[in-house]
Amino acid sequence: MKRYSLSSIFTEAFRDNLGWEKAWTKRQPKKEYQIIIVGGGGHGLATAYYLAKNFNITDIAVIEKGWIGGGNTGRNTTIIRSNYLQESSIGIYEKSRFLYETLSQDLNYNIMFSPRGVLMLCQTEHELRAMKRTSHANRISGVDTKMVTPEKVKELVPIININGPRFPVLGALWQPRGGTARHDAVAWGYARKCSDFGIDIIEQCEVIGVKKKREKILGVETTKGNIKAKKVCFVAAGHSSVLADLAGFRLPIESVALQALVSEPIKPIIDCVVMANTVHGYLSQSDKGELVIGGGADGYNNYSQRGSFLHIEETVRALVETFPVISRLRQLRQWGGIVDMTGDRSPIISKTPVDGLYINCGWGTGGFKAIPGSGWATAEMIYNEQPGKLASPFSIDRFSEGRLIDESAAAAVAH
Amino acid sequence: MLNIFCPICQRDCDETELSCGGQAHLIRRDHASSDKDFYEYLYERKNDKGIIFERWRHVYGCGKWFHTARCTLTNQVFGSYSAKEVQPPKSILATIRRSRVDFKGWVK
Repeated sequence: MKRYSLSSIFTEAFRDNLGWEKAWTKRQPKKEYQIIIVGGGGHGLATAYYLAKNFNITDIAVIEKGWIGGGNTGRNTTIIRSNYLQESSIGIYEKSRFLYETLSQDLNYNIMFSPRGVLMLCQTEHELRAMKRTSHANRISGVDTKMVTPEKVKELVPIININGPRFPVLGALWQPRGGTARHDAVAWGYARKCSDFGIDIIEQCEVIGVKKKREKILGVETTKGNIKAKKVCFVAAGHSSVLADLAGFRLPIESVALQALVSEPIKPIIDCVVMANTVHGYLSQSDKGELVIGGGADGYNNYSQRGSFLHIEETVRALVETFPVISRLRQLRQWGGIVDMTGDRSPIISKTPVDGLYINCGWGTGGFKAIPGSGWATAEMIYNEQPGKLASPFSIDRFSEGRLIDESAAAAVAH
Repeated sequence: MLNIFCPICQRDCDETELSCGGQAHLIRRDHASSDKDFYEYLYERKNDKGIIFERWRHVYGCGKWFHTARCTLTNQVFGSYSAKEVQPPKSILATIRRSRVDFKGWVK
């Protein structure tokens, strides 16, 4: 792999950019691998990458049903933050945010990480108290967040209306090192580096069956033939239940459509991420000038990748009240992704009833921010054949054992 | 916008009038059941990609619960039936089969 650098840009500029290589090699599956990762999104690729980087294993196939970056990794609103309430969540999300800081250098791929600050508004007394509690929890765990006053909110975001009347801004939780990154670039950067390590990235290859013998994994059946493997890891987000069904068990997961939209591009009006949980809406401005807007998930299970129009209306209605200046903007694009929701709104990184089969799912509405940390923890679990410190709180057992990691109060909105 | 028939009001309702209650025909467990059964009742869901049977409540109408058959991939609704039914009635299964020849029937 040729390194991307200033000199490579100069060199290519003088020869009509003819020397660039494909970022990653598209491969056909071999008969057998040590490890198969099912799902070529951010989490799957990051898992493969950290298996290679931290544990020196490169006999890996990453199997993707569609194309790299075509699933939820390319469908989110690119927000990165770690201001969670529970210690286990803070552990993995802060690890992730920390890895994002230097990810462009690590991958030699500009993921455009922009720590522009994340502001979580408090628009009811209850939310204000909950956020204060979160800020204390963050301080104890060493996450840099603090509560700010409505006046400070107005200073940070001049276009905001803090006076209500329905939902006045009473304060906000401010994480200055949170922000955004270019979502496709995260997937492409990981894919490029994985390919460089010699990991096979196999696109347009759907898993249609699971081979096992006496509850021990033997491999997977795919649309490109059978592939054997010692270990398999499902990292398929919204389709995790479909894969689990093939392997003969059920998950505590329900899939719903979550959607986002962007406005027409305008001049810079907001330079941080604002999340308004009470009114279900969040807003940031992309480098292209589009306002990136996300809202609530559909209220019923579906795999449609579209989402219902009424949720767009709800989200935009709420945001117009908080940001009156955006009321005349037109919508440019709208899209949906299928998110895998668990009962406690926390992910699952776990072994499964099938020996040698691992699963990473349940990130629900907030998986993008967790990609590096999740990959790190999952790679550790697959290599050691048991979850490490980061992953162990997120095992499937937690539901039957009653040790839920309840983040639904801390993040009532999609994020 | 989904359009679902309320069998109590005997009329079609917009999605905004309704609220979804998740998988239908769950077996309700109580304190005497095993941990495994209770876990299944509380958390484990079929979450099928395809035909599902689910509970809906006509919140901004009669306020009553009923059951609906719907495809999670296309959002096609195949009809509603009373929440008193312990399994999907034959008429609903026949409606589904008419448009989905590969439909295997209801699985508990």
